Amino acid sequence: MTTTALPRRTYLNHEFGVKSWLLTKDHKRIGLMYLVFVTLAFMLGGLFAAAVRAELTTPAGDLWSSDTYNKLFTMHGIMMVFFVLIPAVPAILGNFVLPLMIGAKDVAFPKINLISWYVFVIGFVFTVSAMVFGGVDTGWTFYVPYSTQASNTNVMMTGIGVFIAGFSSILTGVNFMVTIHRMRAPGMTWFRLPLLVWALYATSLIQVLGTPVIAITVFMLALERGLGFGIFDPTLGGDPVLFQHLFWFYSHPAVYIMILPPMGVISEVIACFSRKSIFGYSFVAFSSLAIAVFGFVVWAHHLFVAGISPYSAMVFSFLSFAVAIPSAVKTFNWTATMYKGAIWWKSPMFYVFGFMGLFLVGGLTGLFLASLGLDVHLHDTYFVVAHFHYIMVGGAIMGFFAGLHYYWPKITGRMFNDTLGKTSAVLIFVGFNLTFFPQFILGYLGMPRRYHAYPPEFQVFNVLSSAGATVLAVGYALPVLYFTYSIFKGQAAGNNPWGATGLEWTTQSPPLPENFPDQPVVTEEAYDYSKREIKVA
Amino acid sequence: MLSSIPIFPAQASTFAADVDKLYFLVLGVTSFFAIAVVIFVAIFAIKYQDHSGTQVGAPIHGSIPLELAWSFIPFVISIGIFAYATVVYFEIVRPPAETLQIYSTGKRWMWRFQHINGRAEINELHVPKGRPVKITFTSEDVLHDIYIPAFRVKADAIPGRYSEIWFEPSQIGDFHLFCAEYCGTKHSGMIGRVVVMEPRDYQAWLSGSDGQPLAARGQQLFQQLACVTCHLNDGTGRGPSLAGVYGSKVELANGSGVVADEGYIRESILTPQMKLVSGFQPVMPTFQGLVNEEGVMSLIEYIKSLPAPAPAQTTTAPAARPAQR
Repeated sequence: MTTTALPRRTYLNHEFGVKSWLLTKDHKRIGLMYLVFVTLAFMLGGLFAAAVRAELTTPAGDLWSSDTYNKLFTMHGIMMVFFVLIPAVPAILGNFVLPLMIGAKDVAFPKINLISWYVFVIGFVFTVSAMVFGGVDTGWTFYVPYSTQASNTNVMMTGIGVFIAGFSSILTGVNFMVTIHRMRAPGMTWFRLPLLVWALYATSLIQVLGTPVIAITVFMLALERGLGFGIFDPTLGGDPVLFQHLFWFYSHPAVYIMILPPMGVISEVIACFSRKSIFGYSFVAFSSLAIAVFGFVVWAHHLFVAGISPYSAMVFSFLSFAVAIPSAVKTFNWTATMYKGAIWWKSPMFYVFGFMGLFLVGGLTGLFLASLGLDVHLHDTYFVVAHFHYIMVGGAIMGFFAGLHYYWPKITGRMFNDTLGKTSAVLIFVGFNLTFFPQFILGYLGMPRRYHAYPPEFQVFNVLSSAGATVLAVGYALPVLYFTYSIFKGQAAGNNPWGATGLEWTTQSPPLPENFPDQPVVTEEAYDYSKREIKVA
Repeated sequence: MLSSIPIFPAQASTFAADVDKLYFLVLGVTSFFAIAVVIFVAIFAIKYQDHSGTQVGAPIHGSIPLELAWSFIPFVISIGIFAYATVVYFEIVRPPAETLQIYSTGKRWMWRFQHINGRAEINELHVPKGRPVKITFTSEDVLHDIYIPAFRVKADAIPGRYSEIWFEPSQIGDFHLFCAEYCGTKHSGMIGRVVVMEPRDYQAWLSGSDGQPLAARGQQLFQQLACVTCHLNDGTGRGPSLAGVYGSKVELANGSGVVADEGYIRESILTPQMKLVSGFQPVMPTFQGLVNEEGVMSLIEYIKSLPAPAPAQTTTAPAARPAQR
């Protein structure tokens, strides 16, 4: 297939104009609208990270003032966590493919879906304004009493932004849950669902049950900061550690909001490019639910040195080890899926290889931190910074990129340059390791996080880290180029360029506004490659 | 302490080696799994590579025994690590009975260390080698955290309550002291050094003190604040006798019990109604605002210095209560 002609009528060209986008109820267009803002947030967050890494090339705090540096890492965290990692896979890819995967015309509540996008954008605008009008310096964790008593930056406005964006997350979660319950095509039983759908379902559970807690916590913070209510401040009779409990009760499960959907993407891509059904489908599906449930009972492992009793620390340490098991099970199943497969080395699969390597390191270093005797030393050092970047960037962003490359032909109808795709995957993998691996060593050496200046003996590893960040930046910039090029010059993809199973690949690319010409009917398990004759673009 | 490019921190406390042993164990176990998975992925990716993209894989759907094996075995290993790590943790958080007491307060952006003989120092901490040291500390404003990497200890300084770390220095030298909990502008400047000295040198250093011993200062405060009018040492006052109360178990009015450690005594001075001793009326006013953190620490040292009543009287001091109600 070397044609450049796309299908005549698609979700992209059946209406035109700004209004047709801003008032659309089409889940596919809404997904793309999220892509725009998440990309913006990713660029902003990336700029902040670059400024942080530039400062840390020298031990002295000589590039920015301390206050500026503190704002930079705070705004990097807030942008990346609330406006990139949490919405990336569910709101962009989930919105685009979920209805397609289950054979539905749209999500259950298309108007609410549009409202969640607007809510997200309003939250984004609030947060960005807070940054433009002076910034915020509390760290993304907003720990009290610093955030209520000491900080004289835009804590309130940022808090409002995060508060608002949370509602977008809740609405999307509710929408997806109802969609998965009510909108499945005839024959699409629960155990025929693609694993990305299971992962999105588990994620929605966390979004719906967890996000209200952060909203309440931020609200209480505002009451104390604005009106002097004594909730967290000990001089007013409050308890600062209570804030940490409440904050992490959401923010630890939020880590699973970030990583579960990419895990679902990995299952899709690995099955497709191994031409095999996922090894242990039901174990992979249920491990998503297990992670969602166990994820709610490990929050206090962020408080091992914050004055909690040694016995409660024991309980939370044990539970934290337990939550590692479902992730291990997933990893083993993905590996086993490749056994006796027919592995096609295309760019999405390269991102999966990258994900596997980075997620392994991220997940396993979590065991160091769950170990009480080690966490005392490692807590709040660069070891923790390295650990969660391996999970959130190495795992979640790599998984998002795997998904973006996998679904790009479906989204745009055009193929991108596969060699460049692989190149960027390799660059990201190498750059990432160069950036973050030295931070494990720094952490064990004892370099605390959020340090504007540091003792000179830590410099070598910091320079390595900053050098790696530049490679990483190139790796992230490259896809912008070849994706953009593909929109104008890429070959037409056809319905199913990767030869994948799944309903989303049975319709045209880009899909019709109503997704399918006729109601699809499902008659087989997910990932049933064995009986097929595979044609690829 | 520091060569030009260190890759591993100094082991300068008695439990540093135990923490490192645990570290290498976890590193070994996790590396094994990481390398095993990477090798399998690499072998499969190369061995089963299909350049055409048109082949299909073998129809394998899973294996229950394998699933059980790779759930159960990692779980058992995890429990092993958990148990070992918890043992090391209890070694770190449980100080021995006899320690050298030092008090500390953190505030933006400095650490003040108070030795009980009266000598105080800022952003420096002198300690003797070979003797368990306990630091009881709090914060006067936001959260801070005392972190001494060479000792492998760390704990948050939380306003409104006491935290505690202990260590036994095992190596003479200068070591980093960091604030590890973000506290604003000069967070990375809230650093200092820990100087471990031979006990003899430490004694010499201590005696260069200009200050009054903490317990003596506490005794003065005890008079000035009129604590002495109610807390009579013979147990006949309106408040419980404080002689020998430190470290004992106190029976509370709500029926529960509490060990009278530094944290409890501090709380009883600043918020006396919180944990009322059984048999006493809630008549004690709060001393919040009347006494600062250093004053509270002096009072605690004074109370600790009071000898326990003679065994002829009641040994369980707090239980000796006047007939009231």
